[in-house]
Amino acid sequence: MRMIIKGGRVLDPGHMDALADIVIDDGVITDILPSVSRDMPPIGKNDQVIDAAGCHVVPGLIDMHVHLRDPGQEYKESIETGIRAAAAGGFTAVCCMPNTQPVNDCRQVTEYIVKTAAAFHSVLVYPVGAISRGLKGLELSEYFELKDAGAVAVSDDGMPVVNSQLMRRALEYAQGAGLRVISHCEDPGLSGGVMNEGETATRLGLSGIPNACESIMVMRDIALSELTGIPVHIAHVSTRESVHAVADAKSRGIRVTAETAPHYFTLTDAAVEQYDTHAKMNPPLRSEDDREAVRKGLADGTLDVIATDHAPHSVLEKEVAFDDALNGIIGLETSLPLGLKLVEEGILSFDALIWKMSKNPAGIIGLARDIAVGEAAHLTVIDPKRPFTYDAGNGFSKSKNSPFSGWRFSGRAVYTIVNGQVVFEAGQKQSL
Amino acid sequence: MAWNRKDILDIASLSVDEIASILDMADGLKEISERSIKKVPTLRGKTVILFFHEPSTRTRISFDIAAKRLSADSISISASTSSMVKGETLIDTARNLEAMHPDVIVIRHASSGTPYLLSRKISTPIINAGDGTHAHPTQALLDMMTVREAKKKLHGLRIAIVGDIDHSRVARSDIEGFTKMGAEVRVSGPPTMIPKGIESLGAQVMYDFDEAIDGVDVIMMLRIQKERQQNFLFPSEREYAQRYGLNSTRLKRAKPDAMIMHPGPLNRGVEITPDVADSINSVILSQVTNGVALRMALLYLVAGGLHSADDH
Ligand SMILES: [Zn+2]
Repeated sequence: MRMIIKGGRVLDPGHMDALADIVIDDGVITDILPSVSRDMPPIGKNDQVIDAAGCHVVPGLIDMHVHLRDPGQEYKESIETGIRAAAAGGFTAVCCMPNTQPVNDCRQVTEYIVKTAAAFHSVLVYPVGAISRGLKGLELSEYFELKDAGAVAVSDDGMPVVNSQLMRRALEYAQGAGLRVISHCEDPGLSGGVMNEGETATRLGLSGIPNACESIMVMRDIALSELTGIPVHIAHVSTRESVHAVADAKSRGIRVTAETAPHYFTLTDAAVEQYDTHAKMNPPLRSEDDREAVRKGLADGTLDVIATDHAPHSVLEKEVAFDDALNGIIGLETSLPLGLKLVEEGILSFDALIWKMSKNPAGIIGLARDIAVGEAAHLTVIDPKRPFTYDAGNGFSKSKNSPFSGWRFSGRAVYTIVNGQVVFEAGQKQSL
Repeated sequence: MAWNRKDILDIASLSVDEIASILDMADGLKEISERSIKKVPTLRGKTVILFFHEPSTRTRISFDIAAKRLSADSISISASTSSMVKGETLIDTARNLEAMHPDVIVIRHASSGTPYLLSRKISTPIINAGDGTHAHPTQALLDMMTVREAKKKLHGLRIAIVGDIDHSRVARSDIEGFTKMGAEVRVSGPPTMIPKGIESLGAQVMYDFDEAIDGVDVIMMLRIQKERQQNFLFPSEREYAQRYGLNSTRLKRAKPDAMIMHPGPLNRGVEITPDVADSINSVILSQVTNGVALRMALLYLVAGGLHSADDH
């Protein structure tokens, strides 16, 4: 069956920006015709036509940092519900972190994830394998096995790799296996707290986590990347010191890339006021200075990627004393709207947003996201004006732990297209 | 004045007028504890639950005696003795308690913010008897009562709070309370124990203990917990006592009539020498006595004494 995406502004940053119709046949882009040419693609009665008038048609979004909780913690999220939430957020692909139960440190778990996800014919799921067996930081996982089974990167996300020698060897061995290393940067000696160290923590009587808890490890990983000449990707940057360290490393030609999450460029630790456990995550929400630095880092290109760190938790794990609440928030359905807010506020151009939500993550994990004849049709259709009120209670994710519930946005994904199939259409609850 | 506040969760949310009327009422109720029959019928038929999730002897007993002197029925439950708490979420336990229609729940919990969580989930009035390192409003109020009783005012007094400020809910509530009432509060201790941004609560930081107690009207010493050595907060009790302990030599730097306070329990020989703890400047036991009257006042206000009178 053919699909024609009509009348949209086709925007593939650095490549094309034109009003055009996209013709898709059998999951592959077969034609791109400028709308102004009036050279209308002939529409057959079996063709599916997507009206993209007033919308941007962009390379399919990728979220390279999510927790799908499957296998093992399906009460929080499953591959199926995670995929639905991703599709609703405009994502055509997600990378899922290995801290499942069991840990994804071997072929069997990676294969389970790949196979389960593929059965839904929806959002593409790319597993991230564990750097170390069981995330224990003691020995390497089998990276070639993981790669063969479909993993695109390795990370001990959730846990820092404390042993610097292990981290060095991970970089070297992963290079051989063709996998990128994603580092969760946290110094365990400094990480005893439950929120950002500072005035708010002092007032609330909550234990603080200083910025250096993160930046010390960012600097170490940069040093290891410099030592080995092998690229490293820094997960969820939250502090100004980390932004500065990455900027400095890049200026010296070190091959470091970095991501931040929407909550770090949107919120500060003031959100913890009233002990709101939906503002508890690791790394924690930081100060206004840090938020500014993260926004600046996105604007000047220091931070390459926006990724959600989508971390579903049940109400049982969040409606408890702040000290006892688990870290993390869901983010798949609010990431693009919060990104569009950055565009509205003049922090990012729309092009830059698409770089950070599609093309850069694609490059880092070795995928392609190009709108061109012959390419697979992974596309996101964004209506930058569509009003959208997010209600976590009505969201697609199995968990509801979002600090953005009730927020009003302007702009969202209206169609998510994977392999030429619509996997989400705004206004429709059913996404599969 | 009419009392319209459901809970007593912290000092920050209380107004100057509210604090003053709590202290006035506590002053008036103090006399009941000096009678031979120490009981008035004011809260007869009211139920007070003392929900102590963290071990505490003095605060729980103080509340218990306060409730009994007002003729309320008080019931204590603690995490260790209650089967209700095992395997049950805190909110479920609180909802179960609420379902038995108590008039007040007094809560002590090791995690900061817990009284707020319960206050959002249940309609029973809540009094915070200490949450984590966040707040201990009843202690701060009894401290203010004790100082006001002796000095006849709070405004313009100089108060030094010394010790592990970072881990002290008493320090936080005292800073907020005394500064709200117009006193000047200084905090002192090793820099490892002074949290970032404590100035935002209204305190002035003076790391040098001798400088901090210079000319003060009140010295509040905090208990040093030995376990804190493991967090690298201080090397030894010996050095702590030398640099940050209150002794008679140091005491001379304060005003001659300076009051010495301590929320208890004391570590004699560490943060305070025995002779100073027992000196005529010490009001440590008056704090305990006043604690009962102060908690009687709060139970009275929250359990509906004035409330119902004014509502009708
Ligand atoms: Zn992480």
